[in-house]
Amino acid sequence: MPTVIVDGKEIEIGADERLNCIEAARRGGAEIPHYCWHPGLTVVASCRMCLIETGSRDAATGKVTMVPKLVPACQTPAKDGTVIVTESQLVKESRARVEEALLIDHPIDCPICDKAGECLLQDYHFEHGQPERRADLHPFTSRKREMGSTVTLFVDRCVMCTRCVRFTREISGSAELMVINRGAKEEIDVFPGFPLENKLSGNVVDLCPVGALGDKDFLYQQRVWFLKAEDNVCGGCATGCSIRTEHNQDTVYRLKPRENPHVNKWWMCDDGRYGWHHLHDPSRLVEARRAAGGRARREGGADDTIEWSDVGRRLRDDLGAAGRLAVAVSPMLTTEEAWMLCAVARSIDPQAFLAVGHVPIDGADETYPGGFTIRAEKCPNRLGVEGVIAVFGGVDAAGRVPGWNALLDHVRAGEADAAWITAAYPGGWIDEETAEAFASLSCLVVQDLFESPLSRMAVWKLPAAGFAERAGTWVNAAHRAQVFQQAIRPPAGVWPEGRLYWSMLGRRGLYDAEAVRRQIADSSPTFAALAGDVPATGIDLRIQQLA
Amino acid sequence: MKPSDPSITWIDEKPLGLAERLYLPLFIQGLTTTARHLVSPKVTVSYPEQRPKVGNPLIYRGVHRLNRDEEGRVKCVACFLCATACPAHCIDIVATESPWPDREKYPESFQIDELRCIFCGMCEEACPVDAIELTSLLDLTGKSREEMIFDKEKLLSVYDMTKDAEPMKSDSLGGTL
Ligand code: SF4
Ligand code: SF4
Ligand code: SF4
Ligand code: FES
Repeated sequence: MPTVIVDGKEIEIGADERLNCIEAARRGGAEIPHYCWHPGLTVVASCRMCLIETGSRDAATGKVTMVPKLVPACQTPAKDGTVIVTESQLVKESRARVEEALLIDHPIDCPICDKAGECLLQDYHFEHGQPERRADLHPFTSRKREMGSTVTLFVDRCVMCTRCVRFTREISGSAELMVINRGAKEEIDVFPGFPLENKLSGNVVDLCPVGALGDKDFLYQQRVWFLKAEDNVCGGCATGCSIRTEHNQDTVYRLKPRENPHVNKWWMCDDGRYGWHHLHDPSRLVEARRAAGGRARREGGADDTIEWSDVGRRLRDDLGAAGRLAVAVSPMLTTEEAWMLCAVARSIDPQAFLAVGHVPIDGADETYPGGFTIRAEKCPNRLGVEGVIAVFGGVDAAGRVPGWNALLDHVRAGEADAAWITAAYPGGWIDEETAEAFASLSCLVVQDLFESPLSRMAVWKLPAAGFAERAGTWVNAAHRAQVFQQAIRPPAGVWPEGRLYWSMLGRRGLYDAEAVRRQIADSSPTFAALAGDVPATGIDLRIQQLA
Repeated sequence: MKPSDPSITWIDEKPLGLAERLYLPLFIQGLTTTARHLVSPKVTVSYPEQRPKVGNPLIYRGVHRLNRDEEGRVKCVACFLCATACPAHCIDIVATESPWPDREKYPESFQIDELRCIFCGMCEEACPVDAIELTSLLDLTGKSREEMIFDKEKLLSVYDMTKDAEPMKSDSLGGTL
């Protein structure tokens, strides 16, 4: 095993690991400050913040020979016998000088800068800078420049690390950003007439170590120290990027990608990043409503609001009285919710027909040069729901799990008297013509975020929860199961699906996704991998099936 | 720490002497205080007929005001630092892009719940542009809770009301203007 000496401590690294000195030092518990280096981008070694002293130890004699000058840690590979010194006087002075040089040109408008609180320039200055500026203060403002429809550049705050430029060249492959001018006049800009418009554009804001690139969607909305972050999974498409939902007082302010080498690395797409606004749409359904007398709503009858504590019982009565039941299990539900829904349905009608709900498809999969893929399948959990329905034996003769079209055929053929359609899609998903298939049913239950042609004819119109309002497990297109917690509460006391189904199963206390998950894992080899604690980066369900 | 800890020194109470047991010296001491107050000048005033005198209005912590700059615009840059510093969480700001070229951000709405405020002055300490200040207005009354939530216009009007009597504090205290 190669050994690296970090500040006198011997650290073993893997034989075929290719680490630079920043990564090796981190293993030894030493954090080397850096601006331009990012693990997902090529190395340019231009900011000089990571300068350290290095040397090598002769394997035979144990004699250490130091390199006579400071070297950038980001560009220096850690090999067997590499000596890394991160805290010598020389290194400290160098860091202080880099910080001072950066601040000469910086507006220092932290009070009005959205990055304040999570800015590397602030953090490093606090830790490595010197207490006084020897240069004059610049005016308290920063020039603004539009980069595209999602991002604004505050020109004078930039530290010219070029992370953003490299991102557009290497990861999104669109190369909109560039450096104009030279030397002290260097600035970031776009090519005239080619604004920063690609579906990964929001990532440059995360990459920017300072407040130069601002996310227009978040600009001025909230100071970052008011935000609380919850580990979550994006529900925008079947890739299922690991994210952090950042919220305050049950309001989401932004989504940020969470590092996950198996799924999204450090990135997420703009559709997902800005795809949370529907959560706070005032037109969301927030009341459990039932058409008076149980007649279909389209007959123009009145409807009543039902107390949440009564919904479970009355829903069970209505569906039980109606007869043969067909259930669409939405691929927006978590695996736990889907499992409980199937259990509830089968307890009402042991022969209930179970099918995967509508799976929205938009265009084709898009893969970017950096390897990031945006899936055409715009739902997060089709595989999880299919697995659950298979556990309940809901497969057809060919061993396939019925989908939305199979359910429509089933209902059109008059083989169902009642249907329970779960949806929870962020946008419109069904037209009048398709909804017509359900017109003749004696009881239709629709659980959705928004009013739709289908909900307008339902006997029961139940609100659904948005992605940040549920807890459970989603299985992405690569069979990776990721577990997440509820980030915010749904509006107006709405019961998320998990809570409703939990109570309909007669279980006591609060909905406990983990208890359900363990039960699912016990009941099926497909989900066996979920039995233990699932790491934050998720777990591949197929690996356990082979074993 | 146990009673047996060696770092504790135990001291016994002194036994009472004759004078203490008689109560007489203490009795006289008490009466002297009473008598002194009977003849000394009064410190109370008959509020509200009479207004109390504020010693130094510059350090008095009364109703807030939002200062204006030379052009009469609200000085606040909507940095939320006062809201961050406020221990009572009574400041509520909605920020937006400013309509002026020399300023990036300004408060679209700025509310202080004067009923929640504990008049600690932390907001004034925190403000980087000396936009929020506590005046020496001390009688703060209203007929409803809503009325006691001061919005931007009201806070600016407090400034207009008090700016002559109490010029911006920063001026005399050597801060930035
Ligand atoms: S805008 Fe940000 S990411 Fe881009 S070069 Fe400047 S500091 Fe680096
Ligand atoms: S005086 Fe204190 S409690 Fe009142 S608004 Fe200012 S910071 Fe908050
Ligand atoms: S601290 Fe001052 S500038 Fe910042 S929001 Fe409060 S009043 Fe405005
Ligand atoms: S991080 Fe090494 S030079 Fe910038």
